[in-house]
Amino acid sequence: MNVIDTARPPERAASRTATFKPSLLLSEHHHLCPGCGEPVAIRLILEVIQELELTQNNICILGHGCYGSFIMQMDVDSTLCLHGRGPAVATGMKRIRPQTAIWTLQGDGDMTSEGLAEIMHAAARGENVTCFMLNNGVFGDTGGQMTASSVIGQRTKNTLEGRDAAYHGNPIKLAEIVASMDGAAYVARGSVHNAASINATRKLIRKAFQRPMEGQGLALMEILTMCPTGWFVPPGEGAEYMMESLGKVYGLGELKDVAAAASPEDAGV
Amino acid sequence: MSQAAVAMPAAAAAPRRKVTRGTVVIAADRCKGCELCIPACPPGVLSMSKTGNHLGYLYPELAPGCTGCTACQQVCPDFVFEVWRYQEPIVEEDTAP
Ligand code: SF4
Ligand code: SF4
Repeated sequence: MNVIDTARPPERAASRTATFKPSLLLSEHHHLCPGCGEPVAIRLILEVIQELELTQNNICILGHGCYGSFIMQMDVDSTLCLHGRGPAVATGMKRIRPQTAIWTLQGDGDMTSEGLAEIMHAAARGENVTCFMLNNGVFGDTGGQMTASSVIGQRTKNTLEGRDAAYHGNPIKLAEIVASMDGAAYVARGSVHNAASINATRKLIRKAFQRPMEGQGLALMEILTMCPTGWFVPPGEGAEYMMESLGKVYGLGELKDVAAAASPEDAGV
Repeated sequence: MSQAAVAMPAAAAAPRRKVTRGTVVIAADRCKGCELCIPACPPGVLSMSKTGNHLGYLYPELAPGCTGCTACQQVCPDFVFEVWRYQEPIVEEDTAP
């Protein structure tokens, strides 16, 4: 095969498309596993913060999960809180800094298993914060155990035969529940399994930041991310595996947008 | 069927061309070999190397035919790709059998 030299920029006249990484990411190096979906989701969030010119006006509240290691890499004011308590901490931050974009970065274990009450009450109160849930259906950080969002049949470290509804219970579809609450302004679910989905998810993230900033209520943005390590699949098969398992239960797209009626041109995403 | 029989010789006579509209810069030292970029590339011009980088991971290599679409850059969890688009595409005869 004719291999092209890709170690340096081309000598031929050419223009570079978007750069490697958003400028809010201090380094491209991170310690997350090969094939993990979380760095892609975090890149999208940081790109949108920059697009919306919130660079100097946002605070991130991180829960506990592998994504937490990005606290050292994001050029964003951030704080780490107790497991699942992100929305409660965000509430306090937003109330003393109402003009600042406050966002939480949580996983499905953090949000649905450890801190279900916090997100539910924050949504019921209609706090103007953006909550991100990176959903991979496992506690990746601790080795791939079942969470409340693991789907039926999903193999995890403590459901080796697959999650069984009779024994382990049914998954909690948190986004659908939050969408039914009056205080929620925007609820959507994206995914990072392929380039088209990644671009569609970026548009959803934009609105997830906009609605709370407009004072319309809480936004919950769920993003399906690959965790090949926790699923015990080769990294290259993670994306396909995710859409065969989580993707079958958690449908992609917008579940709720209070502003959809007000601005019809936005509704077609 | 008769239509195909008529059309075939004409198609075979035309020289096949490969158009390369862009290229990528790959930070191979940072690659963790997840292979997500391989199926993501629409023209299928990325393939994994035969030998590992300094960490022992295989990394993607580029063959002619990149369109500069940025799909590889979108899916890569390790921000390895930088995509360049040529001002003038490279057009060459496709020698593949
Ligand atoms: S354990 Fe899963 S979520 Fe954590 S870094 Fe590895 S692939 Fe990502
Ligand atoms: S830019 Fe598009 S065509 Fe070029 S290597 Fe990347 S995915 Fe393939």
